[in-house]
Amino acid sequence: MGIFLFRTVLLIFIPPVKILRALKQLKFIGFQSIVVIVLTGGFTGMVLAFQGFYSLSRFGSEAFLGPMVGLSLIKELGPVISALMVTGRAGSAITAEIGIMRMTEQIDALELMGLNPYRYLMVPNFLAAMISLPLLSAVFDVVGIFGGYLVGGKLLGVGAGTYFGEMASYVAMQDVMEGIYKSFCFGIIIVWVCCFKGFYAGILTGFGAEGVSKATTQAVVMSSVLILVWDYFLTSVMF
Amino acid sequence: MILIENLYKKFGANQVFNGLSLSVPEGKILALIGGSGSGKSVLLKHIAGLIRADRGRIVLDGQDMSSIKSRDLAALRSRLGFLFQGGALFDSMTVLENVAFPLHEKTRLSADVVERRAFEELENVGLSGSEYKYPSQLSGGMSKRAALARALITDPEIMLFDEPTTGLDPVTGLSILRLINLCRRRLSFTGIIVTHEIPRVFDFVDRVALVKDGIVYKESGTKEFLDSEDPLVKAFLGTLSDEEDNGSKEPV
Repeated sequence: MGIFLFRTVLLIFIPPVKILRALKQLKFIGFQSIVVIVLTGGFTGMVLAFQGFYSLSRFGSEAFLGPMVGLSLIKELGPVISALMVTGRAGSAITAEIGIMRMTEQIDALELMGLNPYRYLMVPNFLAAMISLPLLSAVFDVVGIFGGYLVGGKLLGVGAGTYFGEMASYVAMQDVMEGIYKSFCFGIIIVWVCCFKGFYAGILTGFGAEGVSKATTQAVVMSSVLILVWDYFLTSVMF
Repeated sequence: MILIENLYKKFGANQVFNGLSLSVPEGKILALIGGSGSGKSVLLKHIAGLIRADRGRIVLDGQDMSSIKSRDLAALRSRLGFLFQGGALFDSMTVLENVAFPLHEKTRLSADVVERRAFEELENVGLSGSEYKYPSQLSGGMSKRAALARALITDPEIMLFDEPTTGLDPVTGLSILRLINLCRRRLSFTGIIVTHEIPRVFDFVDRVALVKDGIVYKESGTKEFLDSEDPLVKAFLGTLSDEEDNGSKEPV
């Protein structure tokens, strides 16, 4: 898997890059994930506001609901949940697509045309994920913060000034950058695992429809676990 | 010219090739026949450099595939055409895009020229009117024709056909063989056809090789092959009498 990652990353810096294919994947991984990100972001923010208000009210600190929701989303939940959503929605599709291409000899056909499958299949996915994951995470954060305000401000009575004012005071640029770093890394993890599992679908998981199905399941499970493990390491380093 | 010398390959406990040697002179076409699972398709993939042999040598136009550098391999492959058993058309592209793809990616021809060449090639294989269909909308014969058009658009000097008529009805199968013959006259390529179309394919090839137990059991011209008294050859030709068949202990 290490060699696979190395080869792909190397080709990102060696032209030509398949721009059109990268844009197509950007649309698939990024743009077409927006609906699910908005939905999960909104509801995550709303739940956080409920739970946060309940905990903070015990200490008479309801005013800190904004910072609590903001920091939780920006540093942790935004990058992690958006990465898990993209894994389920786009990562699984990437594994299945590349796996089917492997089974139906389409990847062999690419090689026989003298084309590098890494350049044609992997690099566009890597570029698309590295760009779209931080943006999706940002969308998740913004929608989540407003979802939190909907519950905290409109239902539970925390004022808009308090909610957003305290958030602005306590959320630093470093926190935002931490979230961006994380989502960038998660983007690489998703496409690394999902492309690898699809590319070696026949060898690693057996041939035919069952092989592709196993590869897809393994890709989603492994990506999700790696996202959480890597999240722990990044958090402990940036803490 | 295609030259294979003393080829050995093992997958797990399965010894696929056991010192296989074969040669195809320039401009000639050889039909490769043998039982299912005898390694015919695997041999084509070895020749194309998709699988590496454990031992032995494969030489294409003077270049040894076992020691070729990746850059030279890419250049060599641009002179090689491969018709996959299932077609291996890119299912996210239309037929026209599939056929134009190698020229788009490997040449600096303008988009107009590439498109015109793709239209011409599709016309040559009798697929005019199907340019904007997707592979899933094609019949088996049409898929093979589209794949053939894609393989031939770069004017290859060496063509490898992996069971081009498998899964097709006899009429469509014959039309594919005739089409291959027409293309051969036009392009004069050297080729190997892996096939079970025996003896029908003999009208379109120069030589025949029978693979068994990881080696070339018999290689000869088509006439000599048809006249052979060897029981195994006769079994493949379907001319084995009942008495001979009962006497033969080895399964084909």
